[in-house]
Amino acid sequence: MGQVTMAQALNTALRDSLRADPNVLVFGEDVGALGGVFRITEGLAAEFGEQRCFDSPLAEAGIVGTAVGMAMYGFRPVVEMQFDAFAYPAFEQITSHAAKLRNRTRGAVELPMVIRIPYGGGIGGVEHHSDSSEAYYTHTPGLTVVSPATPADAYSMLQEAITAADPVVFLEPKRRYWTKAEVELPAATEPMHRAVIRRAGTDVTLLAYGPMVATAMEAAEAARTEEGRDVEVVDLRSLSPLDEDTVCASVRKTGRAVIVHEAPVFGGYGAEVAATINRRCFHYLEAPVARVGGFDIPYPSPKLEEHHLPHTGRILDAIAELQWEEDR
Amino acid sequence: MSPEHWTRPSRPDEQTRNGTASGPAATSAVPTREQVIAGLRATSEGGADLVQLLTPEGQRVSHPDFDIEVTDEQLRGMYRDMVLVRRADREGNALQRQGQLGIWVPLLGQEAAQIGAGRAMRPQDMAFPSYREHGVAWCRGVDPTELLGIFRGTDHGSWDPNTTGMGLYTIVIGNQCLNAAGYAMGQRFEGRVGNTGGDSADNEATMTFFGDGATSQGDVHEGMVWAAVYDAPVVFFCQNNQWAISEPTERQTRVPLYERARGYGFPGIRVDGNDVLASLAVTRWALDECRHGNGPVLIEAFTYRMDAHTTSDDASRYRLDDDLEAWKLKDPIERLRVHLVREQIADQEFLDSVDAEADELAQRFRDFCVNMPEPPPERMFSEVYAEESPVVAAQRQDYLQYLDGFADSAAGGVH
Repeated sequence: MGQVTMAQALNTALRDSLRADPNVLVFGEDVGALGGVFRITEGLAAEFGEQRCFDSPLAEAGIVGTAVGMAMYGFRPVVEMQFDAFAYPAFEQITSHAAKLRNRTRGAVELPMVIRIPYGGGIGGVEHHSDSSEAYYTHTPGLTVVSPATPADAYSMLQEAITAADPVVFLEPKRRYWTKAEVELPAATEPMHRAVIRRAGTDVTLLAYGPMVATAMEAAEAARTEEGRDVEVVDLRSLSPLDEDTVCASVRKTGRAVIVHEAPVFGGYGAEVAATINRRCFHYLEAPVARVGGFDIPYPSPKLEEHHLPHTGRILDAIAELQWEEDR
Repeated sequence: MSPEHWTRPSRPDEQTRNGTASGPAATSAVPTREQVIAGLRATSEGGADLVQLLTPEGQRVSHPDFDIEVTDEQLRGMYRDMVLVRRADREGNALQRQGQLGIWVPLLGQEAAQIGAGRAMRPQDMAFPSYREHGVAWCRGVDPTELLGIFRGTDHGSWDPNTTGMGLYTIVIGNQCLNAAGYAMGQRFEGRVGNTGGDSADNEATMTFFGDGATSQGDVHEGMVWAAVYDAPVVFFCQNNQWAISEPTERQTRVPLYERARGYGFPGIRVDGNDVLASLAVTRWALDECRHGNGPVLIEAFTYRMDAHTTSDDASRYRLDDDLEAWKLKDPIERLRVHLVREQIADQEFLDSVDAEADELAQRFRDFCVNMPEPPPERMFSEVYAEESPVVAAQRQDYLQYLDGFADSAAGGVH
């Protein structure tokens, strides 16, 4: 097969899903002739026609609000929010309707739909193009929230999300769209809600998802070569629900945990992971659970984002603070 | 009616205006902002474009575009609909006053708008309501008792949208217009619109209900944009009852609401919302247009909220009794009753039988309400996801176990 980018993997997943199920619809801003600003929908309108893949008006509430109606009618809409911060106008439709309709109708109405959101920074985007908005969605019962970190997962998890019975917020790490991997498509990786160990280790667990998995892997390698620490990296993949068992098995083994995400730390998703670890692994911990994330500031201008986004140095710093025996 | 037809013919003064060059003189006929607002404030008159088939005095009048043939049976049926729905509505108010309901949202005064619209729908159509649509619910076969759960606090709506063709009440203002537009797009994608011959009876349409206040919401605007650009078979049925809680229509708009449709590129019609015949005629036309692929359509049903916004509201703080008195003379039920009696379509025996039926409904409604079981706590944990999430499962188990700890106590409740 060969090298596949995450963008290609997502594109193939959409294509295969459109082929497999005539009820799957793809729509959003510029997803038709242009193929999306990130080309994730490239060629789909040409192959499946304007009825299956089409451009929408520039109205994000409209994209999600009409998707809700279409799903009620029996379709499986897969919609694209052009950028993370552009999805906020759709927030009400996502949280008040998509997330709740099953519960409000006591199961009479199912809403199988996927809201794809390219998220996170690292691409030098101007304002409103780099937010990590995952905590808004994970805080909403009724939503499933996932984020792939590799091309193989991007393919497998998107396909699974499209076949899911409930609305899925599918967070795509846009800075990794062009990351290549040796992948045979169609790829079937672990089930969507399972966290996976990306790198086994014994000293400390790095917990990451989406764009930060690659960063965590780099930091783990640096920790080995520079500090001689054996770091385990867990890719959470699914944020809601969280695969607590995989997380806790790793932390119980290593006794130390650092959560890494791009989003601001205060009220961030890492707090939920830390709380879970404290609840279930307290007696295994050698040190308080640490978090490395973006600062609690509005996303900075592009020239400053390298300081804002977690990188190897800051992760190594956090690891160094974990009350190692030699420091005691 | 051809799509061109809905473009309101220019008035003579407009023609003059259009025929002259631009400049101060050319715009002299344009009403000032003050004049427009004065017009909006004159809430008891719907203006020259108001479609009416039954005058407030119960006189049947004709209309060049929207006349309708109805049988005596249908007329009596709609009278019965309105009387029963009003009775359930009044009972809802009373039950709230007696502490049996947390809140009630009165429909009083809007019966004709809703029954006319609801009776224009076919079984295969879908309604996306706001929260005051008790009359529409009635027409869709949702029993009034099924509305009670929302207002007694036992559920969020107990009817099945799939089997009734009636979506759940939507509390957030205007959101349902987008859901309706999407649903209607689905109807079009599935080829359930514009069929001719044998298939035409199966053609579908969607109707969404909202108020004058909702027209300021972005979702209503977006819903109209989406419906327009995708030719979605959806009727936007706006009940302009003149008040958005305490805010008059003039706080929402500078133009009569039906005129906004022109900006989106589809017909907008203002109908006398207190005239059930006109509401039926205009809505039937609008739904047919949608079924034939000529949607969407905006209908502004010009009516009046005769009661407060909800039982929690005090309308005397912001509006005048004079207004209310003027609208009492336009009562939707009274005008049909007068018409039925004058034209000898209904006799006293029929009117009495409807009143008796209303008494029975009120009794059934009340009995059902006071006997509604408390919802079991475990219910709130269900149907969050198709497959129960591990988090919710654990919380349910923990909480039910906690409740079990009180099983032996006399009260058996939570302390």
